Amino acid sequence: MCDTCGCNITDGNRYLLEGDGKLARTESGREAVQVLEGLLSENDHVAAHNREHFDRHGVLAINLMSSPGSGKTRLLEETITALGDELRIAVVEGDLETENDAQRIRDKGVNAVQITTGTACHLDAHMVHGALHAVDLDDVDILFIENVGNLVCPASFDLGQHRNVTLLSVTEGDDKPAKYPVIFRAADLVLISKADLLPVLDDFSPSKAEGHLRQLASAAPLIALSAKSGVGLDDWLAWLREAREAVAAKVADGATVRPAIQPEGQQLHAHPHHHAHTHD
Amino acid sequence: MHELAVCQGLMRQIELLAQREQAECITAIRLSIGPLSGVEPQLLADAFPIASAGSIAEGATLEVESQPIRVRCLTCGAESDATMNKLVCGSCGDFRTQLLSGDELLLTSVELERRQHA
Ligand SMILES: Nc1nc2c(ncn2[C@@H]2O[C@H](COP(=O)(O)OP(=O)(O)OP(=O)(O)O)[C@@H](O)[C@H]2O)c(=O)[nH]1
Ligand SMILES: [Zn+2]
Ligand SMILES: [Zn+2]
Ligand SMILES: [Zn+2]
Ligand SMILES: [Zn+2]
Repeated sequence: MCDTCGCNITDGNRYLLEGDGKLARTESGREAVQVLEGLLSENDHVAAHNREHFDRHGVLAINLMSSPGSGKTRLLEETITALGDELRIAVVEGDLETENDAQRIRDKGVNAVQITTGTACHLDAHMVHGALHAVDLDDVDILFIENVGNLVCPASFDLGQHRNVTLLSVTEGDDKPAKYPVIFRAADLVLISKADLLPVLDDFSPSKAEGHLRQLASAAPLIALSAKSGVGLDDWLAWLREAREAVAAKVADGATVRPAIQPEGQQLHAHPHHHAHTHD
Repeated sequence: MHELAVCQGLMRQIELLAQREQAECITAIRLSIGPLSGVEPQLLADAFPIASAGSIAEGATLEVESQPIRVRCLTCGAESDATMNKLVCGSCGDFRTQLLSGDELLLTSVELERRQHA
């Protein structure tokens, strides 16, 4: 497909490209073939394909990431309650074993597709593509992808989402961005969740959390909210509406939106992939 | 651990490449993995024998090199070294920097033996 498109090549590693040609003999007489392909190029192609589906159907796709139990599903329940009459929502639920989260969403009257990952601690673009076949994207304005609760793995796999949202609950400690830089650097928005507990957890400082995030060279906004008390929920809903408009405007221009920190290579990689569609 | 999944993706890339280059066997695989890629080189090395068992790359050596974390300041233009959780400008301290290297996840080269045509 695009073995030479240079996915992932940045200013810092471009020198790797400068060598003595594609083929060289090693001391043992073997041939060394220069490749320079993204290690996840297969995943990234399916992700680009998912993003095309979303764009074609005018769907905003959001990847929700956090540690286990930070409040992703609860936030989705409240978001559906608040936005249900205004925007059509669907949810893809990644879970290791159970169908519980998907059922909680369905109880709200919204289509939820469960991906049971078994031992896999993250979603990948193939899993999401499979799940999309159970969603009628013509009936959806916002698709939430609730990733598996895990602060490490989900950050490595592009799913085709437009925006990454990372939750940090106040019970986890305000230094999480410093400890898990990869996933927090990937966030377009950080939600400080369970903010109703801030008065009893006086060792969590939202401004310290923001400081750690800025140290990662992230300009992402932070919103402190509580799905339980409703504090901060309006800011989150406003961010969602804005993200929806931003994506729609880009798509109207024939482009697309991707999470802010995806490598330069993946942006180069935004060439259209016109694979045959047998399924829609 | 997602390193096994990453390794399985790598193996599919290697199989395609081996077909294209008419390789008989793959003897070495070189990767460039930055600290900010989210992939742990040691875990990947541990997963490699499992993922490559029975494949054309079984027994190949896996060489992983890492690029230093470098940033360029969008405010003052300086380039500086950075660390995993401190990616601000080393010169003026501004947080508006661009990552130059350190998040690579690349298959850089492969060493192979070609099929002999009689
Ligand atoms: N006090 C308080 N508790 C909350 C809030 N949001 C969620 N919780 C509680 O936190 C626990 C976990 O919430 P979930 O929404 O299931 O978390 P999750 O991130 O979906 O969890 P996983 O899918 O297992 O990773 C539940 O007991 C929730 O009731 C909140 O705003 N305030
Ligand atoms: Zn490509
Ligand atoms: Zn959940
Ligand atoms: Zn498709
Ligand atoms: Zn500077």
